[in-house]
Amino acid sequence: MKNSLLKKINLRTYMMIIALVLIWGFFTMLTQGMFLTPRNMSNLFRQSVFVSILAIGMALVIILGEIDLSVGSVVGLTGGIIAILDVWNGMNPALSITITLGAGLLIGLWQGFWVAYMKVPSFIVTLAGLLIFRGILVGITKGTTIGPLSGVFKVIGKGYLDNTVGIIIGAVAVFFVVYIVFRSRKNKVKYKFDTGSLTVEILKLLIIIALIAVFVWTMNSYRGVPVSLLFALIALVIFSYVSRNTVFGRSIYAIGGNKKAAALSGINIKKVMLNVYVLNGLMAALAGILLTSRLNAASVQAGTTAELDAIGACVIGGASLSGGIGTISGAVVGAIVMASLDNGMSLMNMPMFWQSIIKGFVLLFAVWLDMATKNKNKA
Amino acid sequence: MGNLLEMRNIIKDFPGVRALDKVTLEVKENEIHALCGENGAGKSTLINILSGFYPYKTYKGEILINGEKKRFQHIKNSEDAGIAVIHQELALFEELSITENLFMNDQKAGRLGIDWAYMYKETERWLDKLKIKGCTPKTLIRNVGVGKQQLIEIAKAMRKNARILVLDEPSAALTVTEIDILMDNLAELKVQGVTCIYISHKLAEIERIADSVTIIRDGKKIDTKAVKDVNEAAIIEMMVGREISDMYPKRDVKTGEQILEVSNFTVYSPDSPDKEVVKDASFNLKKGEILGLSGLMGAGRTELVMSLFGGFPGKFHGKVELEGMDVSIKSPIDALKLGFAFLSEDRKSLGIIPTMDVKNNVSITCLRDFVSFVQINESKEIYSVKKFVKKLNVKTPSLETNIQNLSGGNQQKAILARNLLVDPKVLIIDEPTRGIDVGAKNEIYVLMNELTKSGISIIMVSSELPEILGMSDRVLVLCEGEIAKEFDNTEKNISQEDIMFWAAGGNKIEK
Repeated sequence: MKNSLLKKINLRTYMMIIALVLIWGFFTMLTQGMFLTPRNMSNLFRQSVFVSILAIGMALVIILGEIDLSVGSVVGLTGGIIAILDVWNGMNPALSITITLGAGLLIGLWQGFWVAYMKVPSFIVTLAGLLIFRGILVGITKGTTIGPLSGVFKVIGKGYLDNTVGIIIGAVAVFFVVYIVFRSRKNKVKYKFDTGSLTVEILKLLIIIALIAVFVWTMNSYRGVPVSLLFALIALVIFSYVSRNTVFGRSIYAIGGNKKAAALSGINIKKVMLNVYVLNGLMAALAGILLTSRLNAASVQAGTTAELDAIGACVIGGASLSGGIGTISGAVVGAIVMASLDNGMSLMNMPMFWQSIIKGFVLLFAVWLDMATKNKNKA
Repeated sequence: MGNLLEMRNIIKDFPGVRALDKVTLEVKENEIHALCGENGAGKSTLINILSGFYPYKTYKGEILINGEKKRFQHIKNSEDAGIAVIHQELALFEELSITENLFMNDQKAGRLGIDWAYMYKETERWLDKLKIKGCTPKTLIRNVGVGKQQLIEIAKAMRKNARILVLDEPSAALTVTEIDILMDNLAELKVQGVTCIYISHKLAEIERIADSVTIIRDGKKIDTKAVKDVNEAAIIEMMVGREISDMYPKRDVKTGEQILEVSNFTVYSPDSPDKEVVKDASFNLKKGEILGLSGLMGAGRTELVMSLFGGFPGKFHGKVELEGMDVSIKSPIDALKLGFAFLSEDRKSLGIIPTMDVKNNVSITCLRDFVSFVQINESKEIYSVKKFVKKLNVKTPSLETNIQNLSGGNQQKAILARNLLVDPKVLIIDEPTRGIDVGAKNEIYVLMNELTKSGISIIMVSSELPEILGMSDRVLVLCEGEIAKEFDNTEKNISQEDIMFWAAGGNKIEK
């Protein structure tokens, strides 16, 4: 029983969580506990929001067996659009956010069209996108930095939720988790399946509830749950759900695993591919809005090389670039690992060049470790 | 004349099967020696041993050239000994010129880099010699037809002073005129003193050019004969002479009315859109019937059924009527909706999804049936999958086991379950038992029998004649893209020889 339970948990995500705990312990030691203070934890999560959101969209693309090199430029462009609408045109924030998200959607539609219907390799389509969208950004902003933004964006970028709101959100999350677990048990009973031991299930639930409580408490000990974190959490829940529980999600995994077999099984390959790129465009636009809000300005350099962070997060989180393997939650854990490295090394006052070198090595090592263990399993 | 090449008592084992069992091949100097056998008889394994692809010590037995023992470790060793193998899948570089291919890894060095002038002149000479027309030494391989590519491969081998030329099914992809040119060239090479091993099961070709023929069947050598001493019937008998065991369940299904009618179905090759791989095929299928599609490799069987299912990359046209209604099938999505299901012969690249577990591999065809609101009701999904996994006796530790960890037979049963989940009217199975063990084979036959009892009609493509004869109610024999013959097999009274005769184009020889 215990063995099968361990098997059910995605071992690679599990390994990453252990790695994350080790990294946190390591930095806590080196910074004399400064790393683990509520203030720093709050900063860390806020920093990870941006890459997390990009990684969530990117994870779908990578599971599909494709790639998107353009998200950094899309972040820049959509960040520029929202700044222009808000600062130059003084548009209503709700409207400008809608338009910006629409722009991200159109960009996804454009790239998805070329990849799925014109059959141009995604590497090329999105490499072209990287150049095109950065170019458009420089053109429409005339190379200037646009800011500051109106008040709403300050709340989105840097605001915190009231402590009570944080507790309510935590409570809703707990209720949600309990509901899902018990409904799944009820379903199993209905179809006469082995439901497994109730004690193990309750133990699992208690651990999750404890984690949620510790998280809310830590955030509230500083200033509360960051508003931007809310976006990442909502995206995480929705995309995890879509990837695991819908036909669309299952189709993405099938196409990434074996495109030809998926086609013969009646999956509409082109439609699924197009939709994945649309979702990824949407997520990049959301990341663009959040980045511009946090920096309180849009610049032509915003989001440069963000695609590499997003791809790195997915891969560290266990996604395979050959497709078919990976999870949304893994990608988010990968993003938090990356943010933890950034944050910890900054706390230690390590020079920037070292930070870059170390992150590079971590990426290389993580993927090597993953492949080495996978080959071992095969033999 | 002595033997130029001898392969003595060759034994080669693969996990679970003995592919070659004491096979001896003796080839005389300056003859064209045909090697005959059904698909899977062990011809290619034998050639792979000769070429050093399976190195010395991975097989038992010995190879002698001019009486001298040879121990090939690499393909390079056999090339040095004068053996050149031209595989069915040509090993030319599409994007390079004829000259570059001809001199691959053997370029002539000049004072400053490669001596192109010399190489072009040499290539010109070879093109002339093999009468390859319509191209220059600078023509890219991808602009040259398959027939000429074959000749270029021969030129490449001859340039390296090959003494023994091995051709593996050279005519499979060629047109009639291309085959003529190839035959003329081989005859010419023979005059020049080249020895040739010619693998084919096209009897017309063997009668035309070969001096002697060795027949192997099920990994054993049956006999070597001079071609002038045997007729095609004798060769066919030696190729197939095998009893149908009681492996096949008795068919007592009464076929009902016609469910499917296909007329004037033509399929074009995806690589060269002018080449018809299936020509004007017309046939029908009755309710509860098993229709066997037989034919040699390259006869167009797979192309026909994959096109019917809407999953073939080449173009196709023709009329398809299902239950009296005209239907248009442009993609597998259409086909599945109409009640077709298709099991590919290529389990690895067109069947399993290797990253997924058994459950997800089985349920992939009808996920929409499990959806409640927007999400897949996993319990409902598992319930259905479990039912079929049990019915088909798929042996798996759990539904969450990765499909790659299952044996070939169980993978096949899982993929069959995937196609039964959609509750098809017409089930198309391409090579139902390829690469699976005897026990699983029998299970699949029994299952096919049960399926037809419940009213499903099956189109079965198979290279194994006993399977065709043991399971089909009717047999269509394809030869070079055309339906050459239809046999009624309800009495199980047609013979393997009958089918082989038509599949090998026997009727054309008589003319």
